[in-house]
Amino acid sequence: MSAEPMGATDRKVGRTPGPRTGSSKRLARIDAAVGLSFAAPAVIGVLVLGLVPFGYVIWYSLHDWSPLIGEFNWIGLDNFSRLIADDTVWSSFLTTFKYAALLMVLNITLAMGLAVLLNQKLRGTTTFRAFFFSPVIVSAVAWVLVWNYLVAANGGINGALATIGIQGPNWLRDPTWALVTVVVIQVFKGVGMNMILFLAALQNVPAELKEAARIDGATPGRVFRSVTLPLISPTILLVVMITTIGAMDVFVPIQILTQGGPGRSTTVISYLLYRTAFEQQDFGYASAIGVVLFVVVLVLAALQWSSRKRWVHDEV
Amino acid sequence: MRSDVITAEAQGAAGDVTGGSEPVRSKRTPDSAHARRRRLWSKIVLYTLLCVLSIPFIYPTIWMIFAAFKPTDEFFQIPPTLFPENWTLDGVSKIFTVTPFAQQYLNSLYLAAVITIGSIIVCSLAGYAFARVRFPFAGKLFLVLMSGMMIPGEVTIIPIFRWVADLGLMNTHIPLIVLPIFGPGCIVGVFIFRQFYLSLPVELEEAGRLDGLGRLGLFWRIALPLSGPAIAAVAIMKFLSSFNMYFEPLIFLRSEELFPVGLGLTRYQDGYGEPLYNTQIGATALTVIPVLIVFLFAQRQFVEGLSRTGLKG
Repeated sequence: MSAEPMGATDRKVGRTPGPRTGSSKRLARIDAAVGLSFAAPAVIGVLVLGLVPFGYVIWYSLHDWSPLIGEFNWIGLDNFSRLIADDTVWSSFLTTFKYAALLMVLNITLAMGLAVLLNQKLRGTTTFRAFFFSPVIVSAVAWVLVWNYLVAANGGINGALATIGIQGPNWLRDPTWALVTVVVIQVFKGVGMNMILFLAALQNVPAELKEAARIDGATPGRVFRSVTLPLISPTILLVVMITTIGAMDVFVPIQILTQGGPGRSTTVISYLLYRTAFEQQDFGYASAIGVVLFVVVLVLAALQWSSRKRWVHDEV
Repeated sequence: MRSDVITAEAQGAAGDVTGGSEPVRSKRTPDSAHARRRRLWSKIVLYTLLCVLSIPFIYPTIWMIFAAFKPTDEFFQIPPTLFPENWTLDGVSKIFTVTPFAQQYLNSLYLAAVITIGSIIVCSLAGYAFARVRFPFAGKLFLVLMSGMMIPGEVTIIPIFRWVADLGLMNTHIPLIVLPIFGPGCIVGVFIFRQFYLSLPVELEEAGRLDGLGRLGLFWRIALPLSGPAIAAVAIMKFLSSFNMYFEPLIFLRSEELFPVGLGLTRYQDGYGEPLYNTQIGATALTVIPVLIVFLFAQRQFVEGLSRTGLKG
């Protein structure tokens, strides 16, 4: 592109013998041009497709905007007061929190358990690692579609339960089970990634430290709690943060498995946002929901990050 | 600070252990029969646990493959079966005719290829600039990137939807290509490349300078050819996420011929009168199996590459 001839002159500069001080100013100018043009596609992209649209969302949230009717009227904070009075929004946030909390607890415990299991000196751990990791690379749609059959009223899970004499519920159509079912399906899908991150951290814990603690008479449980856990706490923080932020905008499994139902029991906030914007064409209100979602995610991330001094051992 | 103390202790302990571990071991081994039996039992318990835990992770995929060859009435049969009792090609034979599946498959492959290559270019350039080049506003521009990461994609889709409509780009692949390459989705890739270029030894670039390379030469001839691991990590991440794209196509596309496979798979469910369970599952299997095969062959590099970057796709 336009930087090409600059590279050519640069090469000549590099070849000139003797002290470089004379040309250093020129080199700095070239670096400035190269740096700016190299960074430009990504920076401009994030600006134009991330930050500017977010500014627009804030602007939209102050308007009553329905493209169907063609209206775009300034209404100030009305969308937000409507939002506060709106049961559906509150229950969607509550559902999202329930979803995120349950997913977090199950995912982190299972990931840690699997990582500890696979960190044993056993033959065949690579194979098991591949098994646990494989759902990560399967597309969300495919994974969810297959489970949709397995958890159907007369699907494989209930069939298996029936053989031992248990009558299973209609998992996705039962208000008490629907959300839990979606969470469990998502946990199996994503736990492999967290398991790998934990496994990498566990393998970095020096064996000598654990050996030393054992010689001092610590039980395996004690060694894990007092030596291993503190040493991998930075990874735990990272995994907790990535997992919660990811859980806050879950969409695909809800859209495919339950469409928010039964009732409102699985209407998470991102699904409500999608429906408000693209089915009800209520863009202003959807933008207001989006702004609140952003604030909630930001607060959650900030809380988790600031909690690190209390339990994260090693600053990275 | 604290980690220094710990590593020092660790080294001390290491010295002790290497000196003293032999006697400790030999003290344990002589009680052979009892200890060996216990170790055998713990092995059996561990393997059983691993096998049982594997079931929910691999059973769905195995079930999917065989379910494609089942007649639809066998889908909901009690007790459930893994293998079809009456093998049939009814479902499989319709995969390519009920929906433009082949076209959708090509769409996904083509989108994934373009997005992966585009992302590697954009991310490696920016990563190199932020790691290696001194340029004005570098810090501030990096902050712009960072802040872009906090915004959920569902939120910004509203104005982007409007722009796409205004530009007449609805029902085209252009927004699906531009968004993941240049949008906030590129940030993780930039980080991976930046981290990688930061770890390249300075001497390499100095040597390159002495050999007469300019900035572009340093990037093109030295840094980029060495960045195999970073390229692999970004390529894997981007290929998977773009091959599996769902949300953006759902918003921007209307005609089935333009759908990527993920979105196409959900359209076997309604609109055809009779349910086509086996056809849908067969099509699903066709989208999953190639990815799984590649994964099984490359899983070591794949998993380790991802764990080293410590980031999600």
